Amino acid sequence: MKTKLLIGALALAGAGAASAQTLDTVRARGVLNCGVSTGVAGFSYIDADGEWDGFDVAVCRAVAAAIFDDPSAVEFTPTTGATRFEALNSGEVDMLSRNTTWTFSRDVDLRLEFVGVNYYDGQGFMVPASLGVTSAMELDGATVCIQTGTTTELNLADFFRANNMSYEPVPIETNAEAQQRYLANACDVYTTDVSGLAATRSTFEDPSAHVILPEIISKEPLGPVVREDDPAWVNLVRWVFQGLIIAEEKGVTSENVAELASAPTDDPETNRLLGTEGAFGEMLNLTNDFMVRAISAVGNYGEIFEAHIGVDTPVGLERGLNALYTDGGILYAPPFR
Amino acid sequence: MAAAPPHVAYVAERFYDDEAPPPSTVGFTAWLRENLFSSPLNSALTVISVTLLALYLPGLFQWAVTHSVWNASSLRECRAIMDASFGEGVRGACWAVINERFMQLIYGFYPSALRWRPNIAFVLLLIAMIPVLFETMRSLLWIAGGGLAIKAATTVVSLAQGDGFGPLQSPTTYFMVGALVLAYFFGGREHRRKWLILSALFPVIAYFLLWGGAFGLDRVPSSRFGGFLLTMIIGVTGIAASLPIGIALALGRRSDMVFIRSISVMFIEFIRGVPLITLLFVASTLLNYFLPPGTEFDLILRVLIMVTLFASAYMAEVVRGGLAALPKGQYEAADAMGLTYWQSMRLIILPQALKISIPGIVNTFIGLFKDTTLVAVIGLLDPLGLTNPIRADSNWNGIVWELYGFIGFVFFLFCWGMSQYSMFLERKLRAGDRR
Repeated sequence: MKTKLLIGALALAGAGAASAQTLDTVRARGVLNCGVSTGVAGFSYIDADGEWDGFDVAVCRAVAAAIFDDPSAVEFTPTTGATRFEALNSGEVDMLSRNTTWTFSRDVDLRLEFVGVNYYDGQGFMVPASLGVTSAMELDGATVCIQTGTTTELNLADFFRANNMSYEPVPIETNAEAQQRYLANACDVYTTDVSGLAATRSTFEDPSAHVILPEIISKEPLGPVVREDDPAWVNLVRWVFQGLIIAEEKGVTSENVAELASAPTDDPETNRLLGTEGAFGEMLNLTNDFMVRAISAVGNYGEIFEAHIGVDTPVGLERGLNALYTDGGILYAPPFR
Repeated sequence: MAAAPPHVAYVAERFYDDEAPPPSTVGFTAWLRENLFSSPLNSALTVISVTLLALYLPGLFQWAVTHSVWNASSLRECRAIMDASFGEGVRGACWAVINERFMQLIYGFYPSALRWRPNIAFVLLLIAMIPVLFETMRSLLWIAGGGLAIKAATTVVSLAQGDGFGPLQSPTTYFMVGALVLAYFFGGREHRRKWLILSALFPVIAYFLLWGGAFGLDRVPSSRFGGFLLTMIIGVTGIAASLPIGIALALGRRSDMVFIRSISVMFIEFIRGVPLITLLFVASTLLNYFLPPGTEFDLILRVLIMVTLFASAYMAEVVRGGLAALPKGQYEAADAMGLTYWQSMRLIILPQALKISIPGIVNTFIGLFKDTTLVAVIGLLDPLGLTNPIRADSNWNGIVWELYGFIGFVFFLFCWGMSQYSMFLERKLRAGDRR
């Protein structure tokens, strides 16, 4: 209890310290400080030139482009699962874009604001195809490789208990260790988020020898996070991110954005998005064409997805739930008006 | 002397040549017997070890050398090359990842156009270390000569590829030539003091070389630091600063002055009671809450302070062990000669106490150097921290042994070098005990 009070007091102090006017601070600094993960295949990684790249990284670049017209005006701070919220709350980073699950306690208790969901994930199972298993219901008595101390561990226990099945856990620390153990047949099943399973499978010598079972046993909506003490900044990050989804819905891509933005089109929402109609950017304290800059820098949501984790990449994820609501997914951005 | 004894059974009439020792006590056989087969247990261990080596070494050699791939742009390409050249399904090391990411592992994100600055800082570090570690600058001749030889070799490669004299025309080369000439003419014992001035100035020079921001050098923000550059910065600073602070703390803990003693005890016991990771977390996140908003307190600097404090506390206890091991007579003799406290410490006590503590001190140094990898936990990208984002690149996802093996090898070289030096120093200082 005492520690909780202490942390609360610290959080309050931090809130006071880092409070409001984030945009002014960022402008004065000249770069956006963005917290990313220390490396998740397809989501955030370092390329051969030493530049950060990936699905999560692109969101930071979009925000930087919207503010500075320069997607490289970002200082990336690699954060671990343990340091991410401290880094955000203490003001060390202006936003987090690192596969973070939106949960009640994070939203409410940690005083964070999730600006949307950039990837709907869920926990799944991978097994060698040679086992002949086609459903997670057939996994009774299996040995399962599971990362300790994560929510996946709890989800796994719940799932097996609810279905009256038993399992033998093989505790592991990291995804890299899991790959080795799983390939060495130390466990029959590997369970983690489906995106992680797909990324792991893509690195195997023979990916087709392993199947990801259809059951998804948890909800893991991952999204960019900011502090909730600066509503103006929350709105800015939220609408740059939602704008990327709307851009896909409206067919605005990095290739045609310049052309569409040169003159008002027949579609009013596209015009509002690209600043040829209304004064929406000014409400965010930006210029009206902020989305033009963001989209031309990183592309719309669909382009980002395909470039980093889509079916044509080694990670090879289907759009699935992450397709637009018009394409059978649940990606649904509020209207831009 | 009286006359010869009346009866003598045998008298040697000449000097006999020495007989050769029995074959089992000289040469290779003797070495084998003495070192490998001296007892049944040793013999059994030898046989088991040799069998294990014979079983695994060829496979390791095949994996690391004969079946390895050095040029590829992704793990998939590596595997394809192995399939094509060594046969379907034969797997070796994909060193191509080290080849592609070598500069990243060494310099982190340091701008490539400015990498001569860390290079010069590194050469300067060696130059600054030599007068501290050795009595003459002779070793500098070897180091600078070796460095130039490597440069020449890369130039030959570059010429062969038609890239011209690029590698040779760098600030580092001119610098090494200069150092070589200086060391040749002014490397003697009598000039050591002048070189020591350079050693004392090195931290300032290195700071401006690495971070820039003055003397026309571009500013490089701390976030660009990574890889072994970061390891070296943290390791060297920690090592260099923790020894003097540790000695001060050890003396403070044995002081008669209550205030100084209790401060030293509290500091040492507090730091030793807290894991390094906790201190690093405090440095990286908690400190921000207490600083006024907008304060830019460099993360690397914060980590440096914490690592140094941590190592100092351990160093203090090692040195205290050396102080306690000295016979009381030494202290009393120093007092009896009328030396002041600082004179007796500097001339009598510390030289002996530190000599005793060498193994413990170097132990702490090596531990500290390896502990620098813990900064990965707070998101600083040291070599070990870099493995994650490198393996997250879809080109290299799935690679494990090559990266960790390479990093482990480099760490081994550094730590082995330190332990070799400590053994050299012990041998040199033991001269006094041989009387």
